[in-house]
Amino acid sequence: MTTVDSLSAKDLLGIEPLSRDEIQLILDTARTLSDVAKHPIKKVPALRGRTMVNLFYEASTRTRTSFELAAVRLSADVVNINVQASSVVKGETLLDTARTLEAMTVDFIVMRHGSSGAPHMLARNLKASVINAGDGQHEHPTQALLDLYTVREKLGSIEGKTITLIGDIQHSRVARSDLIAFTKMGAKVRFCGPPTLLSADFGALGAEVHHDLKSALTGADVVYVLRLQFERHRMGLMPSVKAYTQQYAITSERVKWAKPGALVMHPGPMNRGVEIAPEVADGPTSVIVDQVANGIAVRMAVLYLLEAGRTKRAAAGGVS
Amino acid sequence: MAPRFFCGLMGPQGATQSLDAAGIDRAMVRIAHEIHEKNPGRLADLVLIGIPKRGDTLARRIAAVLARDHAVVAPVGVLDITMYRDDIGSRASLPKPSDLPGSIDGKTIVLVDDVLYTGRSVRAAMDALIDFGRPKAIQLAVLVDRGHRELPIRADYVGKNIPTAPGANVKVELKEDDGAEQVLVEEGNG
Repeated sequence: MTTVDSLSAKDLLGIEPLSRDEIQLILDTARTLSDVAKHPIKKVPALRGRTMVNLFYEASTRTRTSFELAAVRLSADVVNINVQASSVVKGETLLDTARTLEAMTVDFIVMRHGSSGAPHMLARNLKASVINAGDGQHEHPTQALLDLYTVREKLGSIEGKTITLIGDIQHSRVARSDLIAFTKMGAKVRFCGPPTLLSADFGALGAEVHHDLKSALTGADVVYVLRLQFERHRMGLMPSVKAYTQQYAITSERVKWAKPGALVMHPGPMNRGVEIAPEVADGPTSVIVDQVANGIAVRMAVLYLLEAGRTKRAAAGGVS
Repeated sequence: MAPRFFCGLMGPQGATQSLDAAGIDRAMVRIAHEIHEKNPGRLADLVLIGIPKRGDTLARRIAAVLARDHAVVAPVGVLDITMYRDDIGSRASLPKPSDLPGSIDGKTIVLVDDVLYTGRSVRAAMDALIDFGRPKAIQLAVLVDRGHRELPIRADYVGKNIPTAPGANVKVELKEDDGAEQVLVEEGNG
Protein backbone atom coordinates (compact mmCIF):
# COMPACT_ATOMS: atom_id res chain seq x y z
CA MET A 1 0.00 0.00 0.00
CA THR A 2 1.31 3.42 -0.86
CA THR A 3 1.55 6.18 1.68
CA VAL A 4 0.33 9.02 -0.56
CA ASP A 5 -3.22 9.48 -1.84
CA SER A 6 -2.86 12.21 -4.45
CA LEU A 7 -0.18 13.93 -6.52
CA SER A 8 1.54 16.70 -4.62
CA ALA A 9 2.35 18.92 -7.61
CA LYS A 10 -0.13 20.93 -9.65
CA ASP A 11 1.30 19.63 -12.91
CA LEU A 12 2.78 16.49 -14.41
CA LEU A 13 5.79 17.78 -16.29
CA GLY A 14 8.06 14.77 -16.17
CA ILE A 15 8.92 11.53 -14.40
CA GLU A 16 11.88 13.23 -12.73
CA PRO A 17 9.86 15.17 -10.10
CA LEU A 18 7.69 12.16 -9.14
CA SER A 19 8.51 10.14 -6.07
CA ARG A 20 8.52 6.36 -6.16
CA ASP A 21 5.37 6.37 -4.01
CA GLU A 22 3.61 8.70 -6.41
CA ILE A 23 4.48 6.46 -9.36
CA GLN A 24 3.19 3.46 -7.42
CA LEU A 25 0.00 5.37 -6.65
CA ILE A 26 -0.56 6.22 -10.32
CA LEU A 27 -0.06 2.58 -11.34
CA ASP A 28 -2.41 1.26 -8.62
CA THR A 29 -5.09 3.82 -9.44
CA ALA A 30 -4.77 3.04 -13.14
CA ARG A 31 -5.25 -0.64 -12.38
CA THR A 32 -8.61 0.08 -10.76
CA LEU A 33 -9.69 2.63 -13.37
CA SER A 34 -8.95 0.18 -16.20
CA ASP A 35 -12.17 -1.59 -15.09
CA VAL A 36 -14.25 1.37 -16.26
CA ALA A 37 -13.65 0.29 -19.88
CA LYS A 38 -15.39 -3.00 -19.04
CA HIS A 39 -18.51 -1.41 -17.53
CA PRO A 40 -21.72 -1.35 -19.57
CA ILE A 41 -21.47 2.45 -19.35
CA LYS A 42 -17.81 3.18 -20.02
CA LYS A 43 -17.57 6.31 -17.91
CA VAL A 44 -17.69 7.55 -14.33
CA PRO A 45 -18.65 11.06 -13.23
CA ALA A 46 -15.50 11.88 -11.24
CA LEU A 47 -14.39 14.86 -13.37
CA ARG A 48 -17.82 16.08 -14.44
CA GLY A 49 -17.73 19.78 -15.12
CA ARG A 50 -13.95 19.87 -15.64
CA THR A 51 -12.46 20.87 -18.98
CA MET A 52 -9.31 19.49 -20.57
CA VAL A 53 -7.62 21.05 -23.56
CA ASN A 54 -5.38 19.11 -25.91
CA LEU A 55 -2.82 21.64 -27.12
CA PHE A 56 -0.61 19.85 -29.61
CA TYR A 57 2.10 21.70 -31.49
CA GLU A 58 3.42 18.46 -32.96
CA ALA A 59 1.59 15.73 -34.81
CA SER A 60 0.11 12.99 -32.67
CA THR A 61 -2.92 10.79 -33.09
CA ARG A 62 -2.27 8.15 -30.49
CA THR A 63 -1.39 10.29 -27.48
CA ARG A 64 -4.00 12.94 -28.20
CA THR A 65 -6.77 10.36 -28.65
CA SER A 66 -5.65 8.50 -25.54
CA PHE A 67 -5.87 11.65 -23.42
CA GLU A 68 -9.22 12.48 -24.95
CA LEU A 69 -10.66 9.04 -24.13
CA ALA A 70 -9.20 9.20 -20.63
CA ALA A 71 -10.92 12.53 -19.99
CA VAL A 72 -14.21 11.38 -21.53
CA ARG A 73 -14.26 8.23 -19.38
CA LEU A 74 -14.00 10.47 -16.32
CA SER A 75 -16.81 12.69 -17.72
CA ALA A 76 -14.60 15.74 -18.32
CA ASP A 77 -15.19 17.89 -21.39
CA VAL A 78 -12.48 18.00 -24.02
CA VAL A 79 -11.40 20.67 -26.45
CA ASN A 80 -8.83 19.90 -29.12
CA ILE A 81 -6.81 22.81 -30.42
CA ASN A 82 -5.59 22.23 -33.94
CA VAL A 83 -2.50 24.38 -33.90
CA GLN A 84 -2.19 24.67 -37.66
CA ALA A 85 -5.61 26.26 -37.78
CA SER A 86 -5.31 28.41 -34.66
CA SER A 87 -4.08 31.90 -33.90
CA VAL A 88 -0.57 30.49 -33.57
CA VAL A 89 -0.13 30.89 -37.31
CA LYS A 90 -1.09 34.53 -36.86
CA GLY A 91 1.85 34.97 -34.51
CA GLU A 92 0.25 34.60 -31.08
CA THR A 93 2.85 33.57 -28.50
CA LEU A 94 2.58 30.35 -26.56
CA LEU A 95 1.86 32.21 -23.37
CA ASP A 96 -0.88 34.32 -24.98
CA THR A 97 -2.53 31.18 -26.32
CA ALA A 98 -2.42 29.60 -22.89
CA ARG A 99 -3.76 32.71 -21.13
CA THR A 100 -6.59 32.81 -23.60
CA LEU A 101 -7.40 29.21 -22.74
CA GLU A 102 -7.23 29.91 -19.05
CA ALA A 103 -9.57 32.85 -19.41
CA MET A 104 -11.99 30.24 -20.74
CA THR A 105 -11.59 28.48 -17.33
CA VAL A 106 -9.82 25.37 -18.45
CA ASP A 107 -8.73 22.92 -15.74
CA PHE A 108 -6.19 20.74 -17.56
CA ILE A 109 -3.90 21.58 -20.44
CA VAL A 110 -2.30 18.60 -22.15
CA MET A 111 0.56 19.90 -24.17
CA ARG A 112 2.95 18.58 -26.77
CA HIS A 113 5.59 20.96 -28.04
CA GLY A 114 8.78 20.72 -30.05
CA SER A 115 10.78 22.72 -27.51
CA SER A 116 12.01 21.14 -24.29
CA GLY A 117 10.63 23.04 -21.32
CA ALA A 118 7.61 24.59 -23.09
CA PRO A 119 5.08 22.93 -20.73
CA HIS A 120 7.14 24.06 -17.74
CA MET A 121 6.87 27.66 -18.87
CA LEU A 122 3.10 27.31 -19.18
CA ALA A 123 2.81 25.60 -15.81
CA ARG A 124 4.63 28.43 -14.03
CA ASN A 125 2.26 31.00 -15.47
CA LEU A 126 -1.12 29.30 -15.25
CA LYS A 127 -3.45 28.03 -12.56
CA ALA A 128 -4.57 25.09 -14.71
CA SER A 129 -2.81 21.74 -14.34
CA VAL A 130 -0.38 21.24 -17.21
CA ILE A 131 0.39 17.72 -18.38
CA ASN A 132 3.42 17.23 -20.56
CA ALA A 133 2.53 15.01 -23.52
CA GLY A 134 6.06 15.29 -24.92
CA ASP A 135 8.40 18.29 -24.98
CA GLY A 136 11.21 18.27 -27.51
CA GLN A 137 13.85 15.71 -26.60
CA HIS A 138 13.14 16.08 -22.90
CA GLU A 139 10.32 13.99 -21.39
CA HIS A 140 7.10 12.14 -22.18
CA PRO A 141 5.98 11.10 -18.70
CA THR A 142 2.65 9.43 -19.45
CA GLN A 143 4.35 7.17 -22.01
CA ALA A 144 6.84 6.03 -19.37
CA LEU A 145 4.02 5.46 -16.86
CA LEU A 146 2.07 3.30 -19.29
CA ASP A 147 5.27 1.39 -20.07
CA LEU A 148 5.80 0.75 -16.35
CA TYR A 149 2.17 -0.31 -16.02
CA THR A 150 2.44 -2.72 -18.95
CA VAL A 151 5.63 -4.34 -17.64
CA ARG A 152 4.17 -4.70 -14.16
CA GLU A 153 0.96 -6.17 -15.54
CA LYS A 154 2.73 -8.67 -17.79
CA LEU A 155 5.75 -9.64 -15.68
CA GLY A 156 4.25 -9.17 -12.23
CA SER A 157 6.89 -6.69 -11.08
CA ILE A 158 9.34 -4.06 -12.29
CA GLU A 159 12.05 -4.33 -9.67
CA GLY A 160 15.07 -6.32 -10.80
CA LYS A 161 14.00 -6.52 -14.44
CA THR A 162 16.23 -5.56 -17.36
CA ILE A 163 14.77 -3.28 -20.03
CA THR A 164 16.65 -2.77 -23.30
CA LEU A 165 15.65 0.19 -25.46
CA ILE A 166 16.88 0.09 -29.05
CA GLY A 167 17.07 2.84 -31.63
CA ASP A 168 17.45 6.59 -31.78
CA ILE A 169 18.05 7.14 -28.08
CA GLN A 170 19.65 10.54 -28.58
CA HIS A 171 16.49 12.24 -29.78
CA SER A 172 13.96 10.18 -27.86
CA ARG A 173 11.99 11.71 -25.00
CA VAL A 174 10.44 8.26 -24.50
CA ALA A 175 13.89 6.78 -23.85
CA ARG A 176 14.71 9.55 -21.39
CA SER A 177 11.46 9.23 -19.44
CA ASP A 178 11.67 5.43 -19.48
CA LEU A 179 15.24 5.54 -18.19
CA ILE A 180 14.23 7.69 -15.23
CA ALA A 181 11.02 5.76 -14.57
CA PHE A 182 12.38 2.21 -14.72
CA THR A 183 15.52 3.14 -12.77
CA LYS A 184 13.38 4.77 -10.07
CA MET A 185 11.33 1.59 -9.76
CA GLY A 186 14.41 -0.60 -9.36
CA ALA A 187 14.85 -1.97 -12.88
CA LYS A 188 18.03 -1.91 -14.95
CA VAL A 189 17.92 0.05 -18.21
CA ARG A 190 20.12 -0.63 -21.23
CA PHE A 191 20.32 1.61 -24.27
CA CYS A 192 21.37 0.29 -27.66
CA GLY A 193 21.94 2.07 -30.96
CA PRO A 194 24.58 3.34 -33.34
CA PRO A 195 27.04 5.84 -31.76
CA THR A 196 25.55 8.74 -33.74
CA LEU A 197 22.15 8.08 -32.12
CA LEU A 198 23.41 7.12 -28.65
CA SER A 199 26.15 9.06 -26.94
CA ALA A 200 28.19 7.59 -24.11
CA ASP A 201 26.91 10.39 -21.84
CA PHE A 202 23.84 8.31 -21.03
CA GLY A 203 26.08 6.15 -18.87
CA ALA A 204 26.23 9.03 -16.41
CA LEU A 205 22.43 9.02 -16.18
CA GLY A 206 22.40 5.41 -15.06
CA ALA A 207 21.87 3.56 -18.35
CA GLU A 208 24.08 0.78 -19.62
CA VAL A 209 25.24 1.89 -23.08
CA HIS A 210 25.58 -0.75 -25.82
CA HIS A 211 26.34 -0.41 -29.50
CA ASP A 212 26.18 -4.16 -30.10
CA LEU A 213 22.63 -5.49 -30.27
CA LYS A 214 23.41 -9.00 -29.12
CA SER A 215 25.11 -7.93 -25.92
CA ALA A 216 22.30 -5.43 -25.25
CA LEU A 217 19.60 -8.08 -25.58
CA THR A 218 21.30 -10.90 -23.68
CA GLY A 219 19.34 -11.47 -20.47
CA ALA A 220 16.78 -8.72 -21.20
CA ASP A 221 13.23 -9.11 -19.87
CA VAL A 222 11.88 -6.40 -22.16
CA VAL A 223 12.86 -5.55 -25.74
CA TYR A 224 11.71 -1.98 -26.27
CA VAL A 225 11.96 -0.85 -29.89
CA LEU A 226 11.93 2.88 -30.58
CA ARG A 227 10.59 4.37 -33.78
CA LEU A 228 13.27 5.30 -36.29
CA GLN A 229 12.69 8.96 -36.96
CA PHE A 230 13.39 9.50 -40.62
CA GLU A 231 13.79 13.22 -40.10
CA ARG A 232 17.03 12.41 -38.25
CA HIS A 233 18.22 10.48 -41.27
CA ARG A 234 18.00 13.62 -43.32
CA MET A 235 20.20 15.28 -40.73
CA GLY A 236 22.97 12.85 -41.71
CA LEU A 237 23.04 10.91 -38.44
CA MET A 238 22.63 7.56 -40.15
CA PRO A 239 24.46 6.31 -43.23
CA SER A 240 21.18 4.83 -44.49
CA VAL A 241 17.97 3.30 -43.23
CA LYS A 242 19.06 0.02 -44.76
CA ALA A 243 22.31 0.03 -42.83
CA TYR A 244 20.38 0.68 -39.60
CA THR A 245 17.94 -2.12 -40.34
CA GLN A 246 20.74 -4.56 -41.05
CA GLN A 247 22.39 -3.86 -37.74
CA TYR A 248 19.59 -3.01 -35.32
CA ALA A 249 16.18 -4.13 -36.60
CA ILE A 250 14.45 -6.50 -34.20
CA THR A 251 13.74 -9.68 -36.12
CA SER A 252 12.38 -12.99 -34.89
CA GLU A 253 15.93 -14.35 -34.94
CA ARG A 254 17.39 -11.51 -32.89
CA VAL A 255 14.60 -11.33 -30.34
CA LYS A 256 15.72 -14.81 -29.21
CA TRP A 257 18.88 -13.20 -27.83
CA ALA A 258 16.74 -11.82 -25.02
CA LYS A 259 15.28 -13.98 -22.23
CA PRO A 260 12.72 -16.55 -23.39
CA GLY A 261 9.29 -14.90 -23.31
CA ALA A 262 10.77 -11.39 -23.19
CA LEU A 263 8.16 -8.71 -23.83
CA VAL A 264 8.34 -6.75 -27.07
CA MET A 265 7.25 -3.11 -26.74
CA HIS A 266 7.07 -0.09 -29.07
CA PRO A 267 5.64 3.37 -28.38
CA GLY A 268 4.17 3.62 -31.88
CA PRO A 269 3.73 4.46 -34.63
CA MET A 270 5.79 1.57 -36.01
CA ASN A 271 7.82 1.43 -39.18
CA ARG A 272 7.23 -2.24 -39.90
CA GLY A 273 10.18 -3.82 -41.62
CA VAL A 274 12.48 -0.96 -40.57
CA GLU A 275 13.11 -1.04 -36.81
CA ILE A 276 10.86 -4.03 -36.14
CA ALA A 277 9.91 -7.04 -38.25
CA PRO A 278 6.15 -7.54 -38.68
CA GLU A 279 6.29 -11.07 -37.23
CA VAL A 280 7.86 -9.67 -34.04
CA ALA A 281 5.40 -6.78 -33.79
CA ASP A 282 2.52 -9.26 -34.07
CA GLY A 283 4.29 -12.06 -32.22
CA PRO A 284 3.13 -13.91 -29.10
CA THR A 285 5.19 -11.82 -26.67
CA SER A 286 4.37 -8.47 -28.25
CA VAL A 287 2.43 -6.21 -25.88
CA ILE A 288 2.27 -3.23 -28.23
CA VAL A 289 -1.54 -3.31 -28.37
CA ASP A 290 -1.72 -3.62 -24.55
CA GLN A 291 0.39 -0.47 -24.29
CA VAL A 292 -2.29 1.46 -26.16
CA ALA A 293 -5.12 0.19 -23.92
CA ASN A 294 -3.08 0.78 -20.77
CA GLY A 295 -2.31 4.33 -21.89
CA ILE A 296 -5.94 5.31 -21.38
CA ALA A 297 -6.10 3.89 -17.84
CA VAL A 298 -2.81 5.53 -16.84
CA ARG A 299 -3.93 8.92 -18.18
CA MET A 300 -7.24 8.58 -16.34
CA ALA A 301 -5.26 8.00 -13.15
CA VAL A 302 -3.08 11.06 -13.78
CA LEU A 303 -6.08 13.32 -14.40
CA TYR A 304 -7.93 11.99 -11.38
CA LEU A 305 -4.98 12.23 -8.99
CA LEU A 306 -4.08 15.76 -10.13
CA GLU A 307 -7.67 16.77 -9.48
CA ALA A 308 -7.65 15.07 -6.07
CA GLY A 309 -4.45 16.91 -5.18
CA ARG A 310 -5.88 20.22 -6.30
CA THR A 311 -9.06 19.76 -4.24
CA LYS A 312 -7.01 18.74 -1.26
CA ARG A 313 -4.80 21.84 -1.48
CA ALA A 314 -7.85 24.06 -1.86
CA ALA A 315 -9.46 22.47 1.21
CA ALA A 316 -6.24 23.01 3.17
CA GLY A 317 -6.48 26.68 2.33
CA GLY A 318 -3.45 26.66 0.05
CA VAL A 319 -3.29 28.39 -3.30
CA SER A 320 -4.22 25.89 -5.95
CA MET B 1 -32.91 21.28 21.38
CA ALA B 2 -31.54 19.79 24.56
CA PRO B 3 -28.29 17.87 24.22
CA ARG B 4 -28.59 14.12 24.49
CA PHE B 5 -26.47 12.05 26.75
CA PHE B 6 -25.72 8.38 26.41
CA CYS B 7 -25.31 5.72 29.00
CA GLY B 8 -22.66 3.12 28.40
CA LEU B 9 -19.06 2.24 28.93
CA MET B 10 -16.73 5.18 28.58
CA GLY B 11 -13.66 4.18 26.57
CA PRO B 12 -10.51 6.19 25.96
CA GLN B 13 -10.87 9.74 24.55
CA GLY B 14 -14.50 9.98 25.61
CA ALA B 15 -15.67 7.15 23.38
CA THR B 16 -18.89 5.39 24.32
CA GLN B 17 -19.59 1.86 23.26
CA SER B 18 -22.95 1.80 21.60
CA LEU B 19 -23.02 -1.77 20.30
CA ASP B 20 -20.92 -4.74 21.34
CA ALA B 21 -20.22 -7.92 19.37
CA ALA B 22 -23.47 -9.56 20.49
CA GLY B 23 -25.41 -6.42 19.59
CA ILE B 24 -23.91 -6.31 16.09
CA ASP B 25 -24.72 -9.98 15.67
CA ARG B 26 -28.35 -9.47 16.74
CA ALA B 27 -28.63 -6.57 14.30
CA MET B 28 -27.44 -8.77 11.44
CA VAL B 29 -29.93 -11.50 12.33
CA ARG B 30 -32.79 -9.00 12.52
CA ILE B 31 -31.88 -7.28 9.25
CA ALA B 32 -31.70 -10.66 7.48
CA HIS B 33 -35.10 -11.53 8.92
CA GLU B 34 -36.61 -8.24 7.74
CA ILE B 35 -35.12 -8.61 4.25
CA HIS B 36 -36.66 -12.06 4.06
CA GLU B 37 -40.01 -10.74 5.28
CA LYS B 38 -40.13 -7.72 2.99
CA ASN B 39 -39.28 -9.50 -0.27
CA PRO B 40 -41.66 -12.45 -0.73
CA GLY B 41 -41.48 -13.76 -4.27
CA ARG B 42 -38.29 -11.81 -4.95
CA LEU B 43 -35.88 -13.82 -2.85
CA ALA B 44 -34.45 -15.62 -5.88
CA ASP B 45 -33.45 -12.27 -7.38
CA LEU B 46 -31.95 -10.81 -4.22
CA VAL B 47 -28.38 -9.43 -4.41
CA LEU B 48 -26.52 -7.92 -1.45
CA ILE B 49 -24.04 -5.21 -2.40
CA GLY B 50 -21.68 -3.72 0.16
CA ILE B 51 -20.04 -0.32 0.08
CA PRO B 52 -16.39 -0.69 1.13
CA LYS B 53 -14.87 -1.11 3.30
CA ARG B 54 -17.13 -2.33 6.09
CA GLY B 55 -20.34 -2.51 4.09
CA ASP B 56 -19.06 -5.47 2.11
CA THR B 57 -18.14 -7.28 5.32
CA LEU B 58 -21.64 -6.66 6.67
CA ALA B 59 -23.19 -7.78 3.36
CA ARG B 60 -21.36 -11.10 3.62
CA ARG B 61 -22.59 -11.54 7.18
CA ILE B 62 -26.20 -10.81 6.25
CA ALA B 63 -25.91 -13.28 3.35
CA ALA B 64 -24.62 -15.92 5.77
CA VAL B 65 -27.61 -15.39 8.09
CA LEU B 66 -30.04 -15.47 5.15
CA ALA B 67 -28.59 -18.82 4.13
CA ARG B 68 -28.54 -20.21 7.67
CA ASP B 69 -31.92 -19.04 8.97
CA HIS B 70 -33.99 -18.64 5.82
CA ALA B 71 -32.39 -20.97 3.24
CA VAL B 72 -31.99 -17.99 0.91
CA VAL B 73 -28.83 -17.89 -1.19
CA ALA B 74 -28.13 -14.26 -2.08
CA PRO B 75 -25.02 -13.37 -4.08
CA VAL B 76 -22.80 -10.70 -2.55
CA GLY B 77 -20.98 -7.94 -4.41
CA VAL B 78 -18.75 -4.97 -3.69
CA LEU B 79 -19.42 -1.53 -5.13
CA ASP B 80 -16.77 1.18 -5.07
CA ILE B 81 -18.29 4.65 -5.07
CA THR B 82 -15.12 6.75 -5.09
CA MET B 83 -15.55 7.99 -8.66
CA TYR B 84 -19.17 8.94 -7.95
CA ARG B 85 -18.57 11.00 -4.82
CA ASP B 86 -19.08 14.76 -4.76
CA ASP B 87 -16.03 15.38 -2.56
CA ILE B 88 -12.95 14.25 -4.52
CA GLY B 89 -9.76 14.83 -2.59
CA SER B 90 -11.39 15.61 0.72
CA ARG B 91 -10.99 12.15 2.20
CA ALA B 92 -9.35 8.84 1.41
CA SER B 93 -10.30 8.95 -2.22
CA LEU B 94 -8.46 6.17 -3.96
CA PRO B 95 -10.70 4.03 -6.11
CA LYS B 96 -10.95 0.35 -5.21
CA PRO B 97 -12.19 -2.34 -7.55
CA SER B 98 -15.90 -3.07 -7.75
CA ASP B 99 -16.97 -6.68 -8.00
CA LEU B 100 -20.60 -7.33 -8.86
CA PRO B 101 -21.91 -10.90 -9.07
CA GLY B 102 -23.12 -10.86 -12.67
CA SER B 103 -25.78 -8.68 -14.24
CA ILE B 104 -27.96 -6.62 -11.90
CA ASP B 105 -30.76 -6.15 -14.44
CA GLY B 106 -34.11 -6.99 -12.85
CA LYS B 107 -32.52 -7.83 -9.50
CA THR B 108 -33.60 -6.59 -6.10
CA ILE B 109 -30.50 -5.00 -4.67
CA VAL B 110 -29.91 -4.46 -0.98
CA LEU B 111 -27.14 -1.89 -0.58
CA VAL B 112 -25.27 -2.41 2.67
CA ASP B 113 -23.25 0.23 4.50
CA ASP B 114 -21.96 0.56 8.05
CA VAL B 115 -23.16 4.07 8.95
CA LEU B 116 -25.88 6.20 7.37
CA TYR B 117 -25.14 9.89 7.97
CA THR B 118 -25.60 12.63 5.34
CA GLY B 119 -26.85 10.20 2.70
CA ARG B 120 -24.23 11.30 0.17
CA SER B 121 -22.52 7.90 0.00
CA VAL B 122 -25.86 6.25 -0.71
CA ARG B 123 -26.61 8.79 -3.43
CA ALA B 124 -23.23 8.03 -5.02
CA ALA B 125 -23.85 4.28 -4.65
CA MET B 126 -27.21 4.49 -6.43
CA ASP B 127 -25.62 6.41 -9.31
CA ALA B 128 -22.82 3.87 -9.53
CA LEU B 129 -25.23 0.95 -9.42
CA ILE B 130 -27.44 2.33 -12.15
CA ASP B 131 -24.40 2.62 -14.44
CA PHE B 132 -24.06 -1.16 -14.14
CA GLY B 133 -27.62 -1.98 -15.11
CA ARG B 134 -31.30 -1.56 -14.30
CA PRO B 135 -32.21 -3.24 -11.03
CA LYS B 136 -35.86 -3.93 -10.21
CA ALA B 137 -35.48 -2.21 -6.85
CA ILE B 138 -32.76 -0.83 -4.59
CA GLN B 139 -33.13 -1.13 -0.82
CA LEU B 140 -30.78 0.09 1.87
CA ALA B 141 -29.50 -1.70 4.97
CA VAL B 142 -27.23 0.00 7.50
CA LEU B 143 -25.77 -1.10 10.81
CA VAL B 144 -26.12 2.39 12.30
CA ASP B 145 -28.32 5.34 11.40
CA ARG B 146 -26.83 8.37 13.11
CA GLY B 147 -29.18 11.01 11.68
CA HIS B 148 -28.26 14.39 10.11
CA ARG B 149 -29.38 13.55 6.58
CA GLU B 150 -28.61 16.12 3.88
CA LEU B 151 -30.48 14.28 1.14
CA PRO B 152 -33.96 12.72 0.97
CA ILE B 153 -32.72 9.22 1.71
CA ARG B 154 -33.79 6.73 4.38
CA ALA B 155 -32.79 3.18 5.19
CA ASP B 156 -35.13 0.19 4.78
CA TYR B 157 -33.25 -1.81 7.42
CA VAL B 158 -31.47 -0.29 10.41
CA GLY B 159 -29.41 -2.21 12.96
CA LYS B 160 -29.52 0.60 15.49
CA ASN B 161 -30.54 4.25 15.51
CA ILE B 162 -27.92 6.29 17.34
CA PRO B 163 -28.80 9.97 17.69
CA THR B 164 -25.54 11.92 17.62
CA ALA B 165 -24.24 15.44 17.82
CA PRO B 166 -23.01 16.71 14.44
CA GLY B 167 -19.39 16.87 15.64
CA ALA B 168 -19.41 13.35 17.00
CA ASN B 169 -17.82 10.44 15.22
CA VAL B 170 -19.39 7.01 14.90
CA LYS B 171 -16.75 4.35 14.57
CA VAL B 172 -17.67 0.86 13.48
CA GLU B 173 -15.10 -1.84 14.11
CA LEU B 174 -15.51 -5.32 12.66
CA LYS B 175 -13.22 -8.19 13.43
CA GLU B 176 -12.52 -8.92 9.73
CA ASP B 177 -11.42 -5.32 9.04
CA ASP B 178 -10.31 -3.94 12.38
CA GLY B 179 -9.68 -6.84 14.74
CA ALA B 180 -12.15 -5.49 17.31
CA GLU B 181 -15.94 -5.87 17.11
CA GLN B 182 -17.98 -2.88 18.37
CA VAL B 183 -19.60 0.44 17.54
CA LEU B 184 -18.18 3.49 19.32
CA VAL B 185 -19.48 7.02 19.53
CA GLU B 186 -16.67 9.51 20.00
CA GLU B 187 -17.82 12.89 21.24
CA GLY B 188 -16.35 15.59 19.03
CA ASN B 189 -15.46 19.11 20.07
CA GLY B 190 -17.46 20.78 17.34
